[in-house]
Amino acid sequence: MAAITMKDIVKQYGDGFLAVKGVSLDIADGEFVILVGPSGCGKSTLLRMIVGLEDITAGEMTIGGKRVNEKAPRDRKLAMVFQNYALYPHLTVFENIAFPLRLQKGKFTEAQIKEKVEFAARTLELQDHLDRKPANLSGGQRQRVAMGRAIVRDAEAFLFDEPLSNLDAKLRGQMRTEIARMQRKMGTTTVYVTHDQTEAMTLGDRVAVLRKGELQQVASPRGLYEQPRNLFVAGFIGSPPMNFLPGEVVDGRSLRLPFADIPLTPELSAKLRGKSLVIVGLRPEHFEDAALLEPAKRSQGVEFAAPIDVTEWLGSELYAYIPFDTNPDVAGKLEELDRDLDGEGLRTQLIVALDSESKIRDGDQAPLWFDPARAMIFDPESGENLTWNADAARRIDEENEADRKASLERAHAREAASA
Amino acid sequence: MKQLSTRAKWAWAFITIVVIVYALLPVLSIFATSFKLPSQLNLGTFWPKTWTWTNYEEILSPNGSAQTLFLSSLRNSVGICLIATAIAVVLATLAAYAIARLDFPGKRIVLLTALGVSVFPVVSIVTPLFNLWRQIGLYDTWLGLIIPYLSLTLPISIWTLAAFFRQIPWELEQAAQVDGATTWQAFRKAIVPLAAPGVFTTALIAFFIAWNDFVYGISLTSTDAARPVPAALAFFTGASQFEEPTGSISAAAIIVTIPVVILVLLFQRQIVSGLTQGAVKG
Repeated sequence: MAAITMKDIVKQYGDGFLAVKGVSLDIADGEFVILVGPSGCGKSTLLRMIVGLEDITAGEMTIGGKRVNEKAPRDRKLAMVFQNYALYPHLTVFENIAFPLRLQKGKFTEAQIKEKVEFAARTLELQDHLDRKPANLSGGQRQRVAMGRAIVRDAEAFLFDEPLSNLDAKLRGQMRTEIARMQRKMGTTTVYVTHDQTEAMTLGDRVAVLRKGELQQVASPRGLYEQPRNLFVAGFIGSPPMNFLPGEVVDGRSLRLPFADIPLTPELSAKLRGKSLVIVGLRPEHFEDAALLEPAKRSQGVEFAAPIDVTEWLGSELYAYIPFDTNPDVAGKLEELDRDLDGEGLRTQLIVALDSESKIRDGDQAPLWFDPARAMIFDPESGENLTWNADAARRIDEENEADRKASLERAHAREAASA
Repeated sequence: MKQLSTRAKWAWAFITIVVIVYALLPVLSIFATSFKLPSQLNLGTFWPKTWTWTNYEEILSPNGSAQTLFLSSLRNSVGICLIATAIAVVLATLAAYAIARLDFPGKRIVLLTALGVSVFPVVSIVTPLFNLWRQIGLYDTWLGLIIPYLSLTLPISIWTLAAFFRQIPWELEQAAQVDGATTWQAFRKAIVPLAAPGVFTTALIAFFIAWNDFVYGISLTSTDAARPVPAALAFFTGASQFEEPTGSISAAAIIVTIPVVILVLLFQRQIVSGLTQGAVKG
């Protein structure tokens, strides 16, 4: 087990393409860090540089305090789970898991190998399949064999490259929990690459959001959700994604959105001085059906009548879609953001997630409500979050770190008790 | 795969039988002829009236009329075909590896040239080759056949192997390196076991192509020094000038078919590959 540090890591390919543009990131011993971003953001390249399958163009990478830039993959003692599992098709499940042990010639006796492989197989519930070839396994089983091969040896760190993307939704959920449980239990430093923000939010102690080879923000999942640094992070984290609306600054005191006006605090209006147009971010889950609210709460927020286009009832929630026209100045910016987020450039619409009790139906002119204090305001040029609160962000991450340490200690205590 | 209905099963069985009969009846006919007495060749029966080893004695026993001719040509065929196959497979493996894994300028041209070479009809090349070989002393030598056989076998070997190598999950090499293997170990333990069936199949195909050649064999040789079996068969004579050599030719044909059948039976599992299944997402 070891800490991994990256200092100004750059990756430039032979054709001049800059895949990673100076990323610095410290991963603590035993930490579970997610690298997340849309396709082409450099997350997989970064992971492959950690493991040594890609050369590092510039910068310094250390594992356990030692520089590894020049080391071959085999000398870095890392275990990696590939997206396509990369199982050896000519070997049985047993031999696949034993493969890394057998490569360390003379270090283990046959009996030790058997014991270790069987332990890994029991952990992953593969003990009935040890004699089978990968071709005869289901997707989930192959995935577990790949994990078995990673945990069988004492690796300094686990690296996962989109390990769940080939599984169906139900299995993905199960394996996600399994990976989280295993990592807590073993306490091994883990770097996990994904483009799925749900995986990023649920698995990681910390999440590093990448865009076009640049680090956008590194924070706890809650930190990213509540205090995103910029438009990109705000749009990437959260499902359904955050709504972005054009906001016109009206005589420095309020913002005019397509459906409603919101008042500005003196502090904010100071920040917005000189700007006439901003982008306002509102999360779908922060909207309510005004008809369901108590009068006291209703009066504290902003209420507006919205022409509902389509509704989707999901049992636990009701999604309503409300199309709107954007100011052409903002439309370009939002389209570019949508492309960055792997979007299809569809029409601009407001998505709201309401209580499933809501009686709002397709075609209604319905009263909706939101708390303007939860609105985020972004600079349309730089995309910077003008409502970002450094103190709040630090507090969230500190709490998160305390939680992580506490749960790690509990896991160790349980381990000690059972041993 | 969905279950076939009874009618479809019968239809398939019928078609299969037709194909088998069509393909194997000539072989069976040659087999039967090889056991006929030279005097009974024209009786018009399918099976021999009296079964005899005479024809095999003619080509194999020391005092048989075609023994020298057959055995020397068999030696030539085996030798020339093995050497040509070995060279073709080594060259094709290197070429196909480069085509499958590396990006280099002119990759398409190499592939298309290989294809272009193989579409020239053999008869259009053989006459100039005959003249050239006589002038530079390759006429009636092993090398004089190995070179044209390479031109026959290389294109198809390169194409087959390139297609095969493209399907190999090369990620395994990296997985093995992360698991602690050296570059060489990764290649030997993760890639070679997957590539071997493809190389082997290609070798068999190349060998059969060379083994079956007749035009080069008869045009570029004149003596026992290099004449391969298919060409030698045409020079068989009967035990006396009044006997037809059909029986001996059939016997020789059966003998040269045996190694092919044995090879295919032995290695049919490797030929029908499918070993790469399951390495990556199915």
